[in-house]
Amino acid sequence: MTPVPPATVAPTRSFARAYDDIRRGVAQRELWAHLGWQDIKQRYRRSVLGPLWITISMGVTAIGLGILYAVLFKHPLPVFLPYVTTGFIVWNFINGCLTEGMSTFITNEGLIKHLPAPLTVYALRTVWRQTLMFAHNLVVYVIMVAIYFGAIDHRYQMEIPNGQIHPGLGLWSLTAIPAFAVLALNGVWLTLLIGIISTRYRDIPQVINSVIQLAFYLTPIVWSPDDLFGSGGANRIWAKVLFQFNPLYHFVQVLRAPLIGQHVDWWSWATVGGITVLGWALALLAMRNYRARVSYWV
Amino acid sequence: MVSIDVWNASVDFPIFDAKTRSLKKAVLGKVGGKIGTDQKAPIIEALHDITLSLREGDRIGLVGHNGAGKSTLLRMLAGIYEPTRGAAHIHGKVAPVFDRGVGMDPEISGRENIIIRGLFLGMTRKQMEKRIDEITEFTELGDYIQMPLRTYSTGMRVRLALGVVTSIDPEILLLDEGIGAVDAAFLDKARNRLVDLVKRSGLLVFASHSDEFLIELCDTAIWMDEGHVKQRGGLREVLTSYKGRDPYENMSTETLARLGLDPVLPDVPARA
Repeated sequence: MTPVPPATVAPTRSFARAYDDIRRGVAQRELWAHLGWQDIKQRYRRSVLGPLWITISMGVTAIGLGILYAVLFKHPLPVFLPYVTTGFIVWNFINGCLTEGMSTFITNEGLIKHLPAPLTVYALRTVWRQTLMFAHNLVVYVIMVAIYFGAIDHRYQMEIPNGQIHPGLGLWSLTAIPAFAVLALNGVWLTLLIGIISTRYRDIPQVINSVIQLAFYLTPIVWSPDDLFGSGGANRIWAKVLFQFNPLYHFVQVLRAPLIGQHVDWWSWATVGGITVLGWALALLAMRNYRARVSYWV
Repeated sequence: MVSIDVWNASVDFPIFDAKTRSLKKAVLGKVGGKIGTDQKAPIIEALHDITLSLREGDRIGLVGHNGAGKSTLLRMLAGIYEPTRGAAHIHGKVAPVFDRGVGMDPEISGRENIIIRGLFLGMTRKQMEKRIDEITEFTELGDYIQMPLRTYSTGMRVRLALGVVTSIDPEILLLDEGIGAVDAAFLDKARNRLVDLVKRSGLLVFASHSDEFLIELCDTAIWMDEGHVKQRGGLREVLTSYKGRDPYENMSTETLARLGLDPVLPDVPARA
């Protein structure tokens, strides 16, 4: 006689098991928070300034790039420097979730093979690490805004004759908080989904690495949309297309805009919301089908 | 109720070489018709058609040659490998000690590793911090507890891993043969603590090549061979057929008395 498992045992490939993994993973908050913080401390162990280096290197890059591109595109420094700094900080978070998210399971191979734990723990470890880096970088943002507060606390333009009119900092800037929460939520599905794919197909990390640098330049971070639309460029259809179909722009914009008092399209929020739902659906599907395979593949 | 149930479970490992693990083959392979080769990665059947039912109070020894599937079975029982065919259901808090404490971070201190391992086993940070002194004392690591783990010897790592699991009252304890890496003096000490722990904890599965250790900790045994369960029954009976001789034969009467055993082989009915 062949023994049959009782109906109460959910099969390996089921949404019930995928949900269960995520639920238990989130519940082990202390574990992933500790691991994420440990990663940061580990990276800067034996250096005198420690994690302060995150802040310093961000400050140096942002100021350098900000001044360079302000001169190149002839933008006023007091509005352009906070723009580049904030954009760069937000980009760093997204970039971190993507590039470290894809290797999440590969780098945690030892733990995955030796200790039973929900996969979600490792995804949250990665996203939490990026969140901590973001928090360190936020110091640069605060300093920058403190210096140039006078330039962005009222309605302003990046480019004087035809530029988009921005509302300036205000109470509405608090939408940055839900915006960051949404970005982090996206970081988790992204890590789960491409983490699983990259574990199976080791070419994917290489593909992403080769595209990510290009994506940085295609997304308005060191340049502003006004450079395309302003000063006689209003009828550049291709430029509009570039924005509508670049999801990275919308992700950067929903968080960057409130932080420096810039105009944000409802369309950006709609795109981000849509991608969040779609991404989670895909991640759940991947978790349902391949969650149990990851320990075989690493 | 602590239990592990396994129904007709198999564990197959796909072996991806550099070529099959890339997208190139998966994508290009579909275009232009089939090339004579098999598209799928070769598979190693590590476990084949295992059916087990482990209940609270079971203390099971795993014996078998190298590569017989002992470690894979332990990992399946821990829930790390979910069976590719069949099903496994684990009910209870699992604490594994595999492969000489690999799975610890070599760059961070023993202390930090204790906390992280504890967190993995479902403890809170506070609970682990309370236990650190006790674990340090038990493992005799002293000031080494503050040193990065890469400075530890293999035996010291096993001590640390054993120190953690024996301090947290797990419900299901899974031990791999790696724990043999510690020295005799510590083994004695660990044995007492393990025996004690096994009495308290629900379930033990222990893979080992050491008869003495098996006899001390286990009462039943599973003989694994080529991924199958070759025999399951009383420890003495399984060891006798696995080794081809009665392991109790050469034991001194004192040892036997300590273990509370008869000098002659009792007629133990085989358990399914």
